[in-house]
Amino acid sequence: MIKAEGLHKSYGDHVALHHLDLEVKAGSIFGLLGPNGAGKTSFIRIINQITAPDSGQLFFNGEKLSASHIKKIGYLPEERGLYPKMKVGEQLLYLAQLKEVEKSQAKERILKWLKDFQLMDWKDKNVEELSKGMAQKVQFIATLLHQPELLILDEPFTGFDPRNTEIIKKEIQRLGERGTTIIFSTHRMESVEEICDSIVLINKGKKVLEGSLRDIKQQFRSGNYDLILEESQISTWPAGIEILSQASLQGKLHLKLKLEPENKQSLLQFLSTKNLHLFQEEEAKLHDIFIQTTAEE
Amino acid sequence: MKKIGLIIKREFSTRVRKKSFIILTLLGPILMAAVMFLPAYLASLPTDDRVITVLDESLLLDFEKGKDEIRLRYLPPDKFDFASAQAFSEAQGDYAFMHIPLSEGGDPDFVARNVRLFRAGDISVSVESYLENTLEKYLQKEKLKATGVDPEIIARTKTKVNLRVINTDEGLETENATLIKMGIGYVAAFAIYIFIFLYGSQVMRGVIEEKTSRVIEIMVSSVRPFEMMSGKIIGIGLVAMLQFTIWIGLGSLFYVIAVSLFIDPQLAANNLPNAAANISLPNDGLLSIYSSLQSIDFFGIIASFIFYFIFGYLLYAALFAAVGSAVDKESDSQQFMLPISLPLILGLLVIIRALDNPDGDIAFWFSMIPLTSPLVMMARLPFGVAPWELILSMLILLISFVLLTWFASKIYRIGILMYGKKPTFTELLRWARYKN
Repeated sequence: MIKAEGLHKSYGDHVALHHLDLEVKAGSIFGLLGPNGAGKTSFIRIINQITAPDSGQLFFNGEKLSASHIKKIGYLPEERGLYPKMKVGEQLLYLAQLKEVEKSQAKERILKWLKDFQLMDWKDKNVEELSKGMAQKVQFIATLLHQPELLILDEPFTGFDPRNTEIIKKEIQRLGERGTTIIFSTHRMESVEEICDSIVLINKGKKVLEGSLRDIKQQFRSGNYDLILEESQISTWPAGIEILSQASLQGKLHLKLKLEPENKQSLLQFLSTKNLHLFQEEEAKLHDIFIQTTAEE
Repeated sequence: MKKIGLIIKREFSTRVRKKSFIILTLLGPILMAAVMFLPAYLASLPTDDRVITVLDESLLLDFEKGKDEIRLRYLPPDKFDFASAQAFSEAQGDYAFMHIPLSEGGDPDFVARNVRLFRAGDISVSVESYLENTLEKYLQKEKLKATGVDPEIIARTKTKVNLRVINTDEGLETENATLIKMGIGYVAAFAIYIFIFLYGSQVMRGVIEEKTSRVIEIMVSSVRPFEMMSGKIIGIGLVAMLQFTIWIGLGSLFYVIAVSLFIDPQLAANNLPNAAANISLPNDGLLSIYSSLQSIDFFGIIASFIFYFIFGYLLYAALFAAVGSAVDKESDSQQFMLPISLPLILGLLVIIRALDNPDGDIAFWFSMIPLTSPLVMMARLPFGVAPWELILSMLILLISFVLLTWFASKIYRIGILMYGKKPTFTELLRWARYKN
């Protein structure tokens, strides 16, 4: 869907993107991660043709990115806003028409979306009368009215209460199922783990990590395991096992172990003779991966 | 192009539907009419009579009565002395007290040196100068008498001249209509000045509003910054044209009504012979003004006015848009406004010179410089300008419009996405050099 080759962008002395290569597969929900100032917004602005790269190329569905792609892209910026003195309905119509949607078709879609988001009563109200959450929903609708093939969401959940966050999250997942490619830029790792198929992590304009969420988690396995046994005490363990912590709670033994992959088999054999309650590998948290990789740089 | 159309439509319709626009559009001509007629009306109101008590011991003034609102009350010198006259004046609550002392040998210069005016408080300038003039007149008479010249002869030999100025330069020999030309030039130039300031700052405010409401980021993901900027400038320009047209329409309507209600009856009544005598035009006065007006190329002036009106606005509006894009809030814009407002104000100052000497060097050069030419050329035009000068000035304005808009759009496209620190002029120039 999107392929970046050697994308480079600098503002004066500041290098925002450093020869970035990147690929976003069609139909995926792609997490664009990175600390503040990593170059996420610069990259997004280049896709949106708000700015142009100094060098390098960007392809949209295999074609060189051009003005004709603008109407296929929907963009919800992090810093968002609407014309405060414009009516909700008019505003949506205006933004849809700017994305080259037919007037009658745009009106139809606006009605549908406003109904879905329970905003019908607000159609003829000025945007400044809306609550922040409602304005955010209107903004979200505006991003989707032209049924984009590529949706770019920059911190989409900021400003939403938990209930609305759930509504938006469902909507994103529904769009993903229907085949819309979604680039999802955020600091919130828990929502990335819930939504994204694959991610890229950039820091200081350079790519530091890339791949499917599963592969990355695999790559960052800690080798730590949680165990719960219905035993009071185990005195001898097989070789190659390091006990990080243990505690006895309500007659059960809670343990945290570290083991090398080649010793896993012998441990399982050992445990088969015991009364085992839980054996679970500690999953690598994206949060920790994020902190770890950006700190290394 | 379709997108620019949408932007123009939005900018136009949201502004035209505003209550403030409707109110200002309807109220504007009333205010203007008020500004035009109020001074005339106030001047026609009777003012308070001011009575000056005069103790004329030399009997110099010959019991001159005074004029409209300054009346002179004489006290007999045989019954009053200085102190009692002054006390009487105060008791009567008169405006001032003038003492003309007796001159020993009838020496007018002694009187001139020793005449005094008393008042508790400051004296009005008009009263003071009226009294001085009156005293001078009578003292002159005294001096003439003393040298044996009959003042009557002097009075008879006085002649009033109304110089008839003929402009030979305009093909047919017409009466000079300098005042009318100055009026037309001034009004046209001033209208452009007001128009640029009023609507240029609307462009700036519109850009700042888009920045502070953060709608800009959404917009630039759909349209190119240049399209946004030009759409806004053109949309607001159309609002201005609409308002201006309505103003002219309503203004002329009010003018016609006001003239037929207030001025015509006055002229028709007793004032007419008086007025004609005062103006002391030749018999065919009105006719000659009419023929002078015919010597002015109204079609050319109106066509040029529209040109300078439009391109003057476009030139400045682009700069206003760039300023708006560079700041986050209106209060920060002052620093960048200076280089924009300075040439406009300078243009306004040069107009005064240009009206007095429309073919002078200053008028010529400032009507070529694109930032001042819309104002200064309009001031010169009613007096006739060589075609090559007009064409050159328009050409320079057109070229600078293209260049400045290009430059402004370079700042604009960076500025609209910049938040936080207020940039410096050097930074603005650096933005203009950024690639996209």
